[in-house]
Amino acid sequence: MAKPTDIEKLSYEQAVLELEGIVKELEAEVGNLDQAIQLFERGQALAQHCAAILEQAELKVQELTGDGELQDWNEGN
Amino acid sequence: MHKYSNYESHHLPHSAYRGALSKYIDPRPLAPTIQLAPDLTALKLPSILPCMDQLPLFAETRLPWTVSDLSRFLRALVESEPLLQNIWVRGEVSNFSRPKSGHWYFTLKDQSAQLPCVMWRSTAELQVHILQDGDAVEVHGGMGVYPASGRYQLYVDEIRAGGDGALFQQFMRLKEKLEAEGLFGAERKRPLPPQPKRIGLITSPSGAALHDILQTLARRYPLAQVILAPAAVQGEDAPFQLISALKRLNRFVQPDLILLARGGGSLEDLAAFNNEKLARAIAASHAPVICGVGHETDFTLADFAADLRAPTPTAAAELATPKLADLQAALSARTQQLERYSPLALIFRERQRLDEFVLRGGRALRQLVLLQRAALEGLQAGLLALSPHAVLERGYALVSKASGATVTQVGQVAAGETLQVRVSDGKFGVDVKTADERG
Repeated sequence: MAKPTDIEKLSYEQAVLELEGIVKELEAEVGNLDQAIQLFERGQALAQHCAAILEQAELKVQELTGDGELQDWNEGN
Repeated sequence: MHKYSNYESHHLPHSAYRGALSKYIDPRPLAPTIQLAPDLTALKLPSILPCMDQLPLFAETRLPWTVSDLSRFLRALVESEPLLQNIWVRGEVSNFSRPKSGHWYFTLKDQSAQLPCVMWRSTAELQVHILQDGDAVEVHGGMGVYPASGRYQLYVDEIRAGGDGALFQQFMRLKEKLEAEGLFGAERKRPLPPQPKRIGLITSPSGAALHDILQTLARRYPLAQVILAPAAVQGEDAPFQLISALKRLNRFVQPDLILLARGGGSLEDLAAFNNEKLARAIAASHAPVICGVGHETDFTLADFAADLRAPTPTAAAELATPKLADLQAALSARTQQLERYSPLALIFRERQRLDEFVLRGGRALRQLVLLQRAALEGLQAGLLALSPHAVLERGYALVSKASGATVTQVGQVAAGETLQVRVSDGKFGVDVKTADERG
């Protein structure tokens, strides 16, 4: 596993990917109990983070202008 | 005009004329909203019929018709002719007007003639494509006469694009050409990302397609980031704008996926999506393209060139994204998997493993003891078997010299020597009488 980054900063995809990795690692039962507990706790935090993202997700729409700039776009403007 | 020759007949009874004429002035159901001015009584049949009766006489006597009578007569002629009531006419639209009444008025023309046309509101309302001056069209309807302005006109009930046949031919030729190049080959289709993070969207910023897609994405997969590259989806400039949007998205945004969409329309409306350059640009797009043009039956070249074709813009958005509910289900499955490794579960499992060790250790120990005991017993038995006592008990005796050496040969002893004899329950001394007598 890569060195733990701040979970809050992870995107949904990143978090899910790491969560999958943790489950696999736990299934392989390598490492000691302490390590396993640490993995589990991080996995749990990742799962909560993912669930929160899904819960709060709001479609973000931007417009690509002619010269390649991105600007916020609201339907009906 | 032979079929009207009976007008000249003087032999038919009066009522026959009335019957024949009433057929001609019967208002056609073709144009129900037009008030075919007079009904039968207003036609003043009694006055007109004697005139008809005397048609040849008219010519001779130059007895004048009224303008109205003549108009009605002409109208009756025109509107009773089946050939004229079910015709297709092709030409170019000019003087198109659409007043508040909702009826459409236009002139159909070619190089040398013009035909006034009317489409009643009830039919006009159903038209998807609003006519424009210069449109090449084929119109269907029935001819009529409008006495008030003294002109004949076509009451139109159906309009189709005049170039349709030609346009379709052109489409088929282009399609075959690109097909032969392999532009539409299945092996060219790229897999779509299961969870696209950035979705490029090319459509008209004012169309219903945009609204439908954004709504679908917001409901289904709000994790996505949508980057709209607005482009006209019909009109002369549309192909250029669509291609430009496609290129800009690939260049500046590098989306995981591009949706190309517009609402439905006629083959003519979809012309931009049958543009050869657009088809090539789609095939060359770095990001996979889903084409969602709202037309269930016809495929456009853009559809063929895209990695996936959707029947509507909404369907395109659905095909592009996973459902939020599915994601949630997958996440909770993962969470459950994780729960199997909670500290409590881990401790239980470790405990179990420990128990197993103890159990296994105990078993091994017992096994060892048993083994050793068996070995010991074997040894004891062997020892016992080898013990001289057992032999002595069977009546043998062990003879040894005073030095303790065991006597096994006659040469070892001399006459007069005292020896020790050992039997099963003790020993006694003996003196040797004779020596060296070999057996």
